[in-house]
Amino acid sequence: MNAIVTVVGEDKVGIIAGVCTLLAENNVNILDITQTIMQGNFTMVMAVDVGKCGVSIGGLGTSLNALGEKLDISIRIQREEIFDAMHRI
Amino acid sequence: MLNQKDILSTIEMIDQQHLDIRTITMGISLLSCCDPDPKRACEKIYDKITRYAEKLVKTGEDIEREFGIPIVHKRISVTPMALVAGASDTKDYVPFALAMDRAAKTCGINFIGGYSALVQKGMTKADETLIRSIPEALATTEFVCSSVNVGSTKAGINMDAVALMGRIVKETAAKTAAQDGLGCAKLVVFCNAVEDNPFMAGAFHGVGEAEKVINVGVSGPGVVCQALKAVKGQPFDVVAETVKKTAFRVTRMGQLVAQEASRRLDTPFGIVDLSLAPTPAIGDSVARILEEMGLSVCGTHGTTAALALLNDAVKKGGVMASSSVGGLSGAFIPVSEDEGMIAAARTGTLTIDKLEAMTCVCSVGLDMIAVPGDTSAETISAIIADEAAIGMVNCKTTAVRLLPAPGKKVGDTIEMGGLLGSAPVMPVHMETSADFIARGGRIPAPLHSLKN
Repeated sequence: MNAIVTVVGEDKVGIIAGVCTLLAENNVNILDITQTIMQGNFTMVMAVDVGKCGVSIGGLGTSLNALGEKLDISIRIQREEIFDAMHRI
Repeated sequence: MLNQKDILSTIEMIDQQHLDIRTITMGISLLSCCDPDPKRACEKIYDKITRYAEKLVKTGEDIEREFGIPIVHKRISVTPMALVAGASDTKDYVPFALAMDRAAKTCGINFIGGYSALVQKGMTKADETLIRSIPEALATTEFVCSSVNVGSTKAGINMDAVALMGRIVKETAAKTAAQDGLGCAKLVVFCNAVEDNPFMAGAFHGVGEAEKVINVGVSGPGVVCQALKAVKGQPFDVVAETVKKTAFRVTRMGQLVAQEASRRLDTPFGIVDLSLAPTPAIGDSVARILEEMGLSVCGTHGTTAALALLNDAVKKGGVMASSSVGGLSGAFIPVSEDEGMIAAARTGTLTIDKLEAMTCVCSVGLDMIAVPGDTSAETISAIIADEAAIGMVNCKTTAVRLLPAPGKKVGDTIEMGGLLGSAPVMPVHMETSADFIARGGRIPAPLHSLKN
């Protein structure tokens, strides 16, 4: 099962490292990463495979939120289907 | 791979434009709970609701977390209670409302609809007993919502029921006077009520429905308003096309959530109701969409045409996105629940007469409108009759949810808090309609009801 991780916030050292470490610890495989600076904000979108993840998406979301608070940025994870439904026919 | 722009646009819709699933409503048939012993019937009602909806709230919260889309309400609708209570040997139906309320508390939901009677052609003894108990039922419960259907295109308008409902609305306000007549916010009078509406206060589980069902109501006025900002000054064809595309996206999301909820709760999927349901939050207003089309204030000339376009385009966009569309589907115009409507009513541009015209083309009716506390029961009945006539002749659902707040006058505001918002008290015509309402009887169904 695939999910999308989005990270938005002020650019600083350690964002990618922090997110990737957390994902790796939970056995989540990163399939694709795009990253850009939009209106001065660091913006990263990752497609990930959570099929072998030890915790539920909800649980993973809670850990990512906590990391986001620590880094003072917004991190969220959502199942891919929501974007497919809204943007693909 | 999805493109980054699409992903970020969805997130912006959720974060900044209040995109949400407004409600997942589980419809539950209570016909199997009929019992000659009213106590036993109430026990059966409580047991059945809490058994079927045990996991409703948790499932909603799980979906919310996994998909990252807010699901604002989890609610329950049940069989019109007059049909269930009618089997019991009692003249006091309030215990049935209390049983519903207890079940709602146990399930953790915030509203349960279906303390209802369908009397478009005539009233059974049970219907009348239930209607007369509404003020007490709404005053003694917290979560119960009530509705009465007084007319239909097929049956005409039951004017005896219309006259009675004017008095019931007043009595409900009086019994909840300490909270500015809050009980009236939970009471809807319908014409052409639908059986699969997931939105409160008018939701009930029709007798033509299955044992249990999941209906989902989507929302997103803020998303539509934002999309229209990008086409400022362009012709209406472009406006309609933009609304359609946006409604399609919003509804697809609703369909996905509905299917997921249906699968997890092992309950058949009923319908997606593609309504633009506003909230008092800034940026979540239907009035502001109409103003974005070029009106300086909602309620001025042109408002009805703007709303007609919006209501139609929402349906056209949404209908392709869902396997089954139902409920009320369209644009809601509840005054107290819409920040732009509240502002327009305060300046006096939005009047009750203009709202009545707007209900000819919106998906429901005169909704959440505060009127002076001394408005007579006959005047309220006459407003209900007007609205029912619009529904009957135009083959559409119309509804009246008026708030005659005791002691309040034009210019005052009533505060209900939360999603119910606040409502400036609007003037009604002072000339009496009492002799009109006193006639009683039935207004016959229109010629075009004879379709067979």
